[in-house]
Amino acid sequence: MTADKIIFLLCAVLILASALMVVTTRKLIHAALWLVAALFGVAILYAVLQASFLAVVQVVVYIGAIAILFIFAVMLTRREMLDKGVQTRSNWWLPALLGLLILAGLVFLILGQPAFGRTAAEMPAGVDTLRNLGTALVSPDAFVLPFEVASVLLLAALVGAVYIASGKKE
Amino acid sequence: MNFLNDPINFIAGWMHGLLTGWGLPDGLTTVIIYFIGITVLIIFAMTLDIFLVWVERKVVARFQDRLGPNRIGPFGLIQPFADIIKLIIKEDITPAGADKLLYNLGPVLAIASVIILWAILPLSSKIFGVDLNVAVLYLVAAGALGTLSIIVGGWASNNKYALLGAFRMVANMISYEIPMVVALLIPTILADTMSVQGITQAQSGMWFAILSPLALIIFLISAIAELGRSPFDLNEAESEIVAGFHIEYTGMKFGLFYAGELLHAFTFGGFIAVLFFGGYGGFFGLEKIGFFSWLNNPFVQAVVFLAKALFGYWVIMWIKYSMPRIRIDHMLAFNWKFLTPLALVVLVNTAILSKVLAGLPNWGYVLGMFFSNIVIGFITVEILRAYGRKQRKAEAKLSPQSTQKQEQAA
Repeated sequence: MTADKIIFLLCAVLILASALMVVTTRKLIHAALWLVAALFGVAILYAVLQASFLAVVQVVVYIGAIAILFIFAVMLTRREMLDKGVQTRSNWWLPALLGLLILAGLVFLILGQPAFGRTAAEMPAGVDTLRNLGTALVSPDAFVLPFEVASVLLLAALVGAVYIASGKKE
Repeated sequence: MNFLNDPINFIAGWMHGLLTGWGLPDGLTTVIIYFIGITVLIIFAMTLDIFLVWVERKVVARFQDRLGPNRIGPFGLIQPFADIIKLIIKEDITPAGADKLLYNLGPVLAIASVIILWAILPLSSKIFGVDLNVAVLYLVAAGALGTLSIIVGGWASNNKYALLGAFRMVANMISYEIPMVVALLIPTILADTMSVQGITQAQSGMWFAILSPLALIIFLISAIAELGRSPFDLNEAESEIVAGFHIEYTGMKFGLFYAGELLHAFTFGGFIAVLFFGGYGGFFGLEKIGFFSWLNNPFVQAVVFLAKALFGYWVIMWIKYSMPRIRIDHMLAFNWKFLTPLALVVLVNTAILSKVLAGLPNWGYVLGMFFSNIVIGFITVEILRAYGRKQRKAEAKLSPQSTQKQEQAA
């Protein structure tokens, strides 16, 4: 077993356990913090795969912005956010069955892939993944269109937010 | 390869030989050596932290016309150890109704968010943790963990003041992250890389502080806001919310918050040195002359870096102890209406000029960058002056009678 595999398995356990805790814990703020742990595990996976940019952006965006806003919103609500009711419904077996079916299908598909079980190729020295990613995002024969569409969408959201917040109370 | 020219690799190579000689497998040896390296780096940072307590207390005393600690040891140098003993033997209180796990997690996260920054801090060209190609973004990501520590600590304490302090800190950090990221982009554009080693080497001829003084000022302000130090210390405003998010913490748990804050300030001093003052290098080409080649020695570089970092830390302290606390609405307005637009203007200016001036000789590039910053700064000051005058005139126009009418109407 290589070091990569050990780290991957530890991460997988961390992500799955935290994801389970997100939906089962009864305290809302604990759920948000378990979500942070799960997202952090994903960032570690990216780092192991040598996608350093994705790993850091995962932490900046998902933990630094989204999760913190979640926690902020939760903190603004009542302090004791304990859910005392039953956590399952009577028909819980149906989604569980569906989930297992989807899992089985995914495992079947992945096992059929030719790349399955192969170890990742070593990154050739001198390849700047960050520069390649940056060039790809703005070059016309790569991702410039999705990139610009996303920017316009964000700009629209920004303008909308400013308009709503400008507070023209007539 | 000898100890004086490449100390880390020399020791690592020696230990590798030693451990494999004992019959350990190659992979395990590498893991052990990395682990020891990380531990040594953390111990160095924490030892420095003890020294920083003394520096902080001495400097604040000088700013406030006092002597500071001067009883224990020469110049009060042993004082921090007395402080540590005091913190350790204090009663460790967990408030009733506190969320135990999160309450204890808060201080740990607070110090961890600073320690992980040391992974990318380049002490010299040969002494550094790791040379990430996304180091600048890593700095922002570590800030997110710092925010998390304050939220967790403030929320878990089960205290109104702690919660209020945490709220303020989140508002502060989320807002000031934006000018900070924009200001960080400017050294990235100038150096054409996000790695701190690359940024340092790009400044061997000219500091970025001269190429873009406005970016330096914006980064300094947003760094102080991120640190939560005065004038942005709303999160622990003593006169309003007693001590803010760490109000309930006693003993060493409070000590971790305190040590984390000091080390964070020093670390940001280090990053200001790296991003704008050439880090361990930046001797304006002096090190290439044969007589000064000793400047390339990693130990000399480390001393230069620590001196620059201490200077940055001193500037942060200087601002902390001479500025009054800013009001929360002013703090937000200052960020959103002034700092963020200014940072964006400087960013666009730098991005365009770095392409336009690329063909010019070096002195033309430097002068063009510098004067464009001066022009932007001048226009900013003029706009502020005009705006201030307009506001004062509007206030002066409100005669007592017209105010009365308005009050009746309302």
